[in-house]
Amino acid sequence: MALLRSIAISSNKTITLAPSARALTTTTLPPLPYSYDALEPVISGEIMMLHHQKHHQTYVTNYNSALELLHTAMDKGDVSAVVGLQSAVKFNGGGHINHSIFWKNLRPVNAGGGEPPHKKLGWQIDTDFGSFNALISKMNAEGAALQGSGWVWLAFDKELKRLKVETTANQDPLVTKGATLVPLLGIDVWEHAYYLQYKNVKLEYLKNIWKVINWEYAGEVYEKEAQ
Amino acid sequence: MVLQLVMAPNWCGCGVASANSTKISTNAFKMSSNRFNFSKPYPGRAYRVTAYYSLTTPPYELDALEPYMSKRTVEIHWGKHHNEHVERLNKHLKTSAFYGHTLEEMVKATYNNGSPLVEFNDSSSVWSHDFFWESMQPNGGSMPKGGVLDQIEKDFGTFTNFKDEFTFAALSIFGPGWVWLYLKKNERKLAVAPTQNAISPLVWGDIPIIGLDMWEHAYYLDYKDDRSAYVNNFLDHLVSWHSVMVRMMRAEAFVNLGEPKIPVA
Repeated sequence: MALLRSIAISSNKTITLAPSARALTTTTLPPLPYSYDALEPVISGEIMMLHHQKHHQTYVTNYNSALELLHTAMDKGDVSAVVGLQSAVKFNGGGHINHSIFWKNLRPVNAGGGEPPHKKLGWQIDTDFGSFNALISKMNAEGAALQGSGWVWLAFDKELKRLKVETTANQDPLVTKGATLVPLLGIDVWEHAYYLQYKNVKLEYLKNIWKVINWEYAGEVYEKEAQ
Repeated sequence: MVLQLVMAPNWCGCGVASANSTKISTNAFKMSSNRFNFSKPYPGRAYRVTAYYSLTTPPYELDALEPYMSKRTVEIHWGKHHNEHVERLNKHLKTSAFYGHTLEEMVKATYNNGSPLVEFNDSSSVWSHDFFWESMQPNGGSMPKGGVLDQIEKDFGTFTNFKDEFTFAALSIFGPGWVWLYLKKNERKLAVAPTQNAISPLVWGDIPIIGLDMWEHAYYLDYKDDRSAYVNNFLDHLVSWHSVMVRMMRAEAFVNLGEPKIPVA
């Protein structure tokens, strides 16, 4: 009997951690730093409300659910379930990350939205793209060319110490394109971000959004990472 | 399909267009109208007939699907999105090695087993959108009858089960995609599957029976973020069981479904 018992070895090893290490920290919808209609006429109040209260909230809700299921699966040692939940975590968690950045990237015109970057970020843009307008054109072109849903980013590569324009698909966060990339500016090119107002004319949305971009925030992130 | 008669350049590098062609392809050469007689092509010159795709029209008026799909949505979805894919596809075809394939062949070939070539997105989108308009009809929805209903009950248990599975699949898609009822050739049964972006069951060799566009542009103007209302209205009021019957009948030429036989009349 003892021989049989020693052969029947469990393939799962249970690791016991302190209770606090296994506590589940869910996430919440961050408030918008301005009112829903503050970005008009560039982005309508209706779009901002739906985008924040419905779409972003859904990512938050679904991320929290996925996290709880993941927690349970991890406790039970259910490897298939843990792996199976990765796409839900990536999609919804990514959606939360990306939109949280996006709200900070926008700013009403009367609070400085649209004012071009100065100082260090301005110089870095000139160095890496030739001119501010060249950067805008590049981001618009990449955003327009993106098939399906995704984001177009102005990224700072911490390792190479230079700026880069990147795109990601669906809700993939910028880090999926490079672990050393820091997002300075992200523009949502999912259809829900512009469709009610611009319909299929994505390029109009892209050309107009620069009027409400918060370059001050981008500059702060850049200066923090570039030192 | 639109047939254009394009004159291949003659040996001197200049060409002539026939008076019959409404579209003249001038990309390779310039013509001056006072040098050639346009009513009769030069004898002995080489002709090359080329054909490109045109935007097929939905089999109903643009407002016929109201109130479940507004005229505005159909106008933009068909007139802008679908049309743009047709134009881009034609642009690719001018230089593509896949010119001459049927649309279905091109979709499968350019999918390239998961590493899609540049023509895939537009060719698959054109095919899928043609299929989508024909998957709907005014006063659609409700229940299928006869052989179609029997096949659905055979493969899903009940009609409600099919609707639930179809809806669940539609809502499970991350990002843009489509949801399909399709016929699995090898297993000889119907199944439901969601796909990403422009992919359709054609790429894995099965036979699509119903296709529902789940890209945001398909429903956002009418339903905003309420995807389940869109899918429910599609199933209850828009889906064309007549089209399903016709497609199943055609599929029976390729797949032996045994009993029940989809009725011919």
